[in-house]
Amino acid sequence: MKKECYTISVYTENNVGLLNRISAIFLKRHINLDSMTASVSEIKDVFRFTIVVKITEEQVKKLVGQIEKQIEVIKAFYHTDDETIYQETALFKISSKLLFEDRNIQNVIKDSNANIVTVTPEFFVLEKTGRRKEVAALYGQLEPFGLMQFVRSGRIAVTKDQMHISKILESFSTETA
Amino acid sequence: MQTQTQTQKKETKVTTGRMTGAEAVIHCLLAEGVDLIYGYPGGAIMPVYDELYKFQDKLHHVLTRHEQGATHAAQGYARSSGKVGVAIATSGPGATNFVTGIADAQIDSTPMVCITGQVGSHLLGSDAFQETDIIGISTPITKWNHQVTKSEDIPEVLAKAFYIARSGRPGPVLIDITKDAQFGELDFEYKKCKGVRSYKPVPETDPKSLVDAAALINSAKKPMIVFGQGVILGEAEEELKNFIEKSGIPSAWTILGLSALPTAHPLNVGMVGMHGNYGPNKLTNECDLLIAIGMRFDDRVTGNLETYAKQAKVIHFEIDPAEINKNVKADVAVMGNVKNTLSDIITKIDTKTYEPWLKEFKDFDTIEYDKVIKEELYPSKEGLSMGEVLRGINQETKGDAIIVSDVGQHQMIACRYAEFTQSKSNVTSGGLGTMGFALPAAIGAKMGAPEREVVAIIGDGGYQMTIQELGTIFQTRVPVKIVVLNNDFLGMVRQWQQLFFDKRYASTEMVNPDFVTIAKGYHIEAKRITKREDLQGAIAEMIASKEPYFLEVCVEKENNVFPMIPTGASVSDIRLS
Repeated sequence: MKKECYTISVYTENNVGLLNRISAIFLKRHINLDSMTASVSEIKDVFRFTIVVKITEEQVKKLVGQIEKQIEVIKAFYHTDDETIYQETALFKISSKLLFEDRNIQNVIKDSNANIVTVTPEFFVLEKTGRRKEVAALYGQLEPFGLMQFVRSGRIAVTKDQMHISKILESFSTETA
Repeated sequence: MQTQTQTQKKETKVTTGRMTGAEAVIHCLLAEGVDLIYGYPGGAIMPVYDELYKFQDKLHHVLTRHEQGATHAAQGYARSSGKVGVAIATSGPGATNFVTGIADAQIDSTPMVCITGQVGSHLLGSDAFQETDIIGISTPITKWNHQVTKSEDIPEVLAKAFYIARSGRPGPVLIDITKDAQFGELDFEYKKCKGVRSYKPVPETDPKSLVDAAALINSAKKPMIVFGQGVILGEAEEELKNFIEKSGIPSAWTILGLSALPTAHPLNVGMVGMHGNYGPNKLTNECDLLIAIGMRFDDRVTGNLETYAKQAKVIHFEIDPAEINKNVKADVAVMGNVKNTLSDIITKIDTKTYEPWLKEFKDFDTIEYDKVIKEELYPSKEGLSMGEVLRGINQETKGDAIIVSDVGQHQMIACRYAEFTQSKSNVTSGGLGTMGFALPAAIGAKMGAPEREVVAIIGDGGYQMTIQELGTIFQTRVPVKIVVLNNDFLGMVRQWQQLFFDKRYASTEMVNPDFVTIAKGYHIEAKRITKREDLQGAIAEMIASKEPYFLEVCVEKENNVFPMIPTGASVSDIRLS
């Protein structure tokens, strides 16, 4: 079976140990995470993990099964790139001198759709949000000038399909009522 | 909400009022119907032990000789009684000594609640004396775990712990309570947990899956059932028996499914797996329909998955959605508690018999009997065999005993030859293969089913891993019967060395102490048998005894357990020699 890029979305309770529990599932199977992001979700007190892995569909199905089995996981889904809208954010810290010494860097910035977050006499910070390829392309263009720091976030993604998490939570309250 | 295991014993009157966290722990246990716990005291759990002292008439504490023993005893108790086993220990080494028992309970789906003390919350993360991150350590081997740092959280967390441990597919839960949470006060009120919103213990059964399963069953020519511990955990023994008898389908058990059906049932065709019976292993690759009930297709059951039952359609009755298609693809998955799904399917299937097909199993039985079983049960050699000891035990107990086995050759012999007439009679470490399991597990099994005879079958290797629990037996006088089958070897490893490593017996020969003297040191009646003519009399004496009894049987040193499916081979390549 072919390896593909899958985005796993996990809706969970807000529990301090859950990150460990979920990452242990990947560790046990020796699966490297491409990225993992944790944040609040559209529902109060419900958290959301966005995990990106390159594995086969059979593997991702089993992983989602194991993740959903965890007590405090409300629901887990997996999606291909076509089924999601996804972005990453990167920050480039660059010496301010370069702005004046090298004209080319100004052109690169202009064409890149990146934002300048801050400028100080010593450095400026450029923020670029987009697909991995776009961030990588900008990195490729800026790297020859010399980067003071570079950091890229994990993927965040929303799905084209509905998730129906509120419905799952509602069905629980009617079951136990 | 359905729960898979039976409810706990009658609830005692629930207390309310102002009290310390430590006292609240006791009232939570009492509210859950717990009257027996296993444990070992230490600094960080002392406030709870202080309360145990005050409540000793209501809540009996068994002091094991090692925290590992407490977890295995709690497991044995859970397995023989169907209730949640409870173990308690201090922080640091007390908690880490729990790890093996917790991992064992996780892989064998045993309901257990472990309570550990923890350093005060102001010291967390400071590398304080006896501080260890037991939540981090136990995360991959618990169904759920949680650290309590506030006294007022204790009732809700413990209620949730018991609910999670026993519901759905059962498992171990660990609750870590900081010392300040034990000392602090709260207004105690206990509400039993009725549900956790992110957790669905029993999945819904799709009615269509039952219809599809019934259609496959009714049209099958050579169907075969393999059932596991899900039947016992779901208390579905009666439903299983009715299903088997109406469908007429030959049925095999996994190692943890043992005793869910009487051994002597005419449709019981024996055990599948690495050292299982010849017929069910061979015919797994000839059946046209494989019906898996409450089992998880462990690699010791399936052998090489690439060649496992490829010709057959597969129906999987299962409570845990993550087990579906994990190892073997199911054509029809029937989700739910097998107690319900089996009683539903019975109404949809035809009454049938499969005489020629069943005869194929019997024919393989004959081959296995002639080539393996006869010599094991009635050896022609002078040396005693493990099998004849089991035959002797069957003769004395009439198959009514709970057999607790450790891990290795003696375990396989016990599981192959012990006879069972009732459920919850086989207590063994199946998934984890924990040597040292049996002695403490037997203590718990006897306390969980005091009216029943409990016989522990242990090898000379595993026995010495938890031999200190003889102290627990001495102190409690729990009348367990201990049989050590001594071949002065780590027998199963030696067997593999013989078969697959050209007889290079690396570190498997044991120079053993005088086990009888050791048992006598604990004032346990003890006997050593070296000759066949003394064997049956000694077994009879042991079973007749009302006290703990230790019997060492010196068996042939280099016997092998057969049949055997070599690792990575197909089930149909099972070897008889």
